[in-house]
Amino acid sequence: MKLQRNGRSKALAIGALAVVSSLSLAACGSDDNNKTSSSAAPSVSSSAGGSTSAAADCGKGGQLLGAGSTAQANAIEVWKAAFQAQCSGTVINYNGNGSGAGVANFNQGKVAFAGSDAALKPEEVTASKTVCTGGQGIDLPMVGGAVAIAYNVDGVDNLVLDGPTLAKIFDSKITKWNDPAIAKLNPGAKLPDANIQAFHRADDSGTTKNVTAYFAAAGGKDAWPYEPDKKWAGKGGQAATGSAGLAGQVKQQKNSITYVELSYAQTNSLKTAKIATGAAQPVDATAEAAAKTIGLAKVVGTGNDLALSLDYATKADGAYPIVLVTYEIVCDKGNKADTLPGVKAFLNYTISDAAQQAIADKGYVPLPAEVATKVKAIIPTLA
Amino acid sequence: MDTPSPTVPQDRDDGRNHPPHDTVDLPAQLPSALAQATGQSGVSSPPKAGNRIGDTLFLAASRGSGILLLCIMAAIAIFLGWQASKSIGSNHGNFFTTFEWNADATPPVFGIAVLLFGTVVSSVIAMAVAVPVAMGIALFISHYAPRRLAQPIAYLVDLLAAVPSIVYGLWGALFLVPHMNGLTSWMNDYLGWTYVFGQSDSVAGSAPRNLFTVGVLLAIMILPIITAVSREVFRQVPRMHEEAALALGATRWEMIRTAVLPFGRPGVISASMLGLGRALGETMAVATVLSPSDKLNLHIMDPGGGTFAQNIAAKFGEAFDNGRSALIASGLMLFVITLLVNAGARMIIARRKEFSGANA
Amino acid sequence: MSAQANHRATSPLAGRTLTSGRLPTWAPAATAVAAIAVGCAIGAGAGLSSHIQWGLIAALLFVAGNYAVAARVEGPRQAKDRLATSLVWVCFILAVIPLVSLTVYTIQKGAGVISGTFLTHSMNGVISSEPGGGIYHAIMGTLEQVGLATLIAAPIGLLTAVYLVEYGRGRLARTVTFFVDVMTGVPSIVAGLFVLSFWIIILGFSFSGFAGSMALSILMMPVVVRSTEEMLKLVPNELREASYALGVPKWKTIVRIVIPTAIGGITTGIMLAIARITGETAPVLLLCFTTDVINTNPFQDAQESLPLYIWHQYSLGNDQTYARAWGAALVLIAIVMGLNLIARGIARWRSPKAGH
Repeated sequence: MKLQRNGRSKALAIGALAVVSSLSLAACGSDDNNKTSSSAAPSVSSSAGGSTSAAADCGKGGQLLGAGSTAQANAIEVWKAAFQAQCSGTVINYNGNGSGAGVANFNQGKVAFAGSDAALKPEEVTASKTVCTGGQGIDLPMVGGAVAIAYNVDGVDNLVLDGPTLAKIFDSKITKWNDPAIAKLNPGAKLPDANIQAFHRADDSGTTKNVTAYFAAAGGKDAWPYEPDKKWAGKGGQAATGSAGLAGQVKQQKNSITYVELSYAQTNSLKTAKIATGAAQPVDATAEAAAKTIGLAKVVGTGNDLALSLDYATKADGAYPIVLVTYEIVCDKGNKADTLPGVKAFLNYTISDAAQQAIADKGYVPLPAEVATKVKAIIPTLA
Repeated sequence: MDTPSPTVPQDRDDGRNHPPHDTVDLPAQLPSALAQATGQSGVSSPPKAGNRIGDTLFLAASRGSGILLLCIMAAIAIFLGWQASKSIGSNHGNFFTTFEWNADATPPVFGIAVLLFGTVVSSVIAMAVAVPVAMGIALFISHYAPRRLAQPIAYLVDLLAAVPSIVYGLWGALFLVPHMNGLTSWMNDYLGWTYVFGQSDSVAGSAPRNLFTVGVLLAIMILPIITAVSREVFRQVPRMHEEAALALGATRWEMIRTAVLPFGRPGVISASMLGLGRALGETMAVATVLSPSDKLNLHIMDPGGGTFAQNIAAKFGEAFDNGRSALIASGLMLFVITLLVNAGARMIIARRKEFSGANA
Repeated sequence: MSAQANHRATSPLAGRTLTSGRLPTWAPAATAVAAIAVGCAIGAGAGLSSHIQWGLIAALLFVAGNYAVAARVEGPRQAKDRLATSLVWVCFILAVIPLVSLTVYTIQKGAGVISGTFLTHSMNGVISSEPGGGIYHAIMGTLEQVGLATLIAAPIGLLTAVYLVEYGRGRLARTVTFFVDVMTGVPSIVAGLFVLSFWIIILGFSFSGFAGSMALSILMMPVVVRSTEEMLKLVPNELREASYALGVPKWKTIVRIVIPTAIGGITTGIMLAIARITGETAPVLLLCFTTDVINTNPFQDAQESLPLYIWHQYSLGNDQTYARAWGAALVLIAIVMGLNLIARGIARWRSPKAGH
């Protein structure tokens, strides 16, 4: 048990050297950081320069926090890039942590706006009154989207499905791809004699709520006996986390089917099913077709609140029925003084026609003009 | 050549009764005499803390840290209890036996039966796979591997403890799950009669995104942790014990069994507890690999089930007031389970405490 | 570290007896080759789709074959030794295969995106479905958050372990030990929730890297305490006694004798703890918020971190973001590896050369 202490001073010196060099590396990093941010900024404005219009109002600058729905995260990202390119002093941080968490953050007064798949519930409106002094939280529809039915079946390219069939597939009442119900909708298609692997969301999601609302509306009580909900209620099937997880599973698993936001189906090159709505032709999942359905939506909110009600059972020609609308939640009065100009400026931008068009090629659906006009009228009145 | 082997266990038994270093008697008494001579109060409770300002400060600092740790734990426990209590009262199901989790519904109905089952099963599988294998690797590094190989391997294992759990999750979903297909159907064919390893007919052909695969993935995740700590412990085995065993004619395995393993057992148990902690609380990897459901299924090869942490991660983002509180209540349950498991492990370790060098 | 040499020198002697033979040194290798060959043959012959099965069959054959051959030629004791040796080798290979596969997989997927731009730029203004952007902001965030968490947790953990091993007797020590164990089971998201409600909601501070560090330090403390405790316990009492005998005060004995002797293990423990927290997603998601721009001030405004970045990129779900996620994962692993190397180096230089 001898302790050899010789060579210790040398060891100390080397240790100190290591510490010093790592410290100087860190210092190097922070210098680099300044360079990076200053060099990154111009490259951003040049890349987004094309879409820059003569924006007048940038708010006060500084940080603007938003949190909530993951369904609109991709849209916010596009807007953020363009907005920050115009207004270099403003930084928008949007945390896609889920609608529930976003609304909770909002009602705790921690974020300037929340993104949500669902309109505020009455008790949430009550809770928001403590944060919005003299006012309350309101729902502003901002991002429209379509939910695609994505599938992976070899040799089947133009699958057509309708509400009742879809509801039964996802409730494990139809379990084979060559089931007569599917065959009837797809005459001539080579449907395999294989089990259907239906995938649904493992986490609670606004997407699930919209899809099950469609099942309930278009499928009827005997095909989908459950209430539309964020939580998956159907029997059987497999689950995966997030739209990315679902898309990944369908890509990997043969004979599978799922529902994802259109953008996930597009970026993962998944085949999407046409929906037979009762219109003359089955409808493809496209932004234009979804816009038609959203255009038929009715405002059910009161006052400045613009919560929408969607008609999932629509039979209009060329209207894709499985759609969703997500909201931005802000205070109508009593926004924090330092974030109010920023919020107004950002929302003013996002509802502009240019901004709504900018997200169309990301798989989102621009809001119909009449809804957008109403939102545009409310934003300047925020206080 | 058979004569040495009875004496070797003998040696082991001796070692169990005394601290390892008592084999040499002189140092144990000499310092104490010296200490008394120099006015110190004894060996096992050396210089009185009050005698020197340094000792007082040091004791205060270290005791303070311990107390601070307790305070943090108490604060977390109180916070969890307070948050959880909000939802428990409103629950229309039985918290322990209800299968589904509808905490934001009216009326709220939620229970932890499925989660408890899933958490326990996946952790048990993980521990059953990981602990023996980790001990094997630790022994390999400390006693078997050629020295030139041992260092890089030890390093590689440490490194793998750093792989973020989300990466394990992605790798598990994209690589491990497809590779488990064959094994799953194989076990279904040959071990299906056990019921537990059987698969229901309705899920034939689906990917093995089940509790068994989760258990295997968790085992791979906690391997590095258990290995790293066990390896350090095995390395600290007094060389004299090993050499004594070998000198008595023990084979390498007999030496390990009689000198290394008894010495290392408490350390290995501690290491396993660290691993178990991670397995119980693992979120992202389980969330990406498991196909969760509300069903409690004894066929662990069927997709379905859930764990506490996975459920919290899956539901938290979209949960509202009551839902959040209910999820925190489930977090509290995980906490209690860890508490029970650790209490059990602690009892096992306590019985073998005399092996610690410090025997404090 | 002459043990390995010793073992090899002594164990063959133990096996060489007058009555039993000895296997040649190439025997285990030959068994391994044979086992793998037969394993593959059975696997291919029976048409087993999964290579996991092939491997398991080969491993079983290897262990059984080694035991059988040794039992026949060398006698039961040597056979048991061979059995243990082959089991240890099999364990090692069983574990190394998934671990290596994981590493290779990450490198394959991640190496493609890593470039100078990726490492030195933030995601500011980058559309995630298009190429470009980088992880500099996330690297800075992770380094700062983990650094702060280590600064909080390592001293507290180390001192607590010292208290438990060197001073701890009685109820307080037992309570602390017990609750440290329980603390290892705190799910990361719960630690995050705790700091969220305590620091951000009740005390009213804003989201920041430091809030994340606090949650991370809660997760880190028990790991540090637990592993340090084990290592301190292994320091032989003779060292302490010798030091006391020379009149060295207890605190100095701990600082100069006990801790340096165990420094290797303590460093491993701290590195493990750092490794565990660097990959945590849930608490930073709740507490650091998230941002696309560089923020080097961990005490103010939102910060990014690498696990958060990986999680977000993964959940955005397209080829570009997957590539970025794997790239960030690779960088995260590399960072921890680098920290590990530095810590190990320091530990080796600082620790006394124990010749026991």
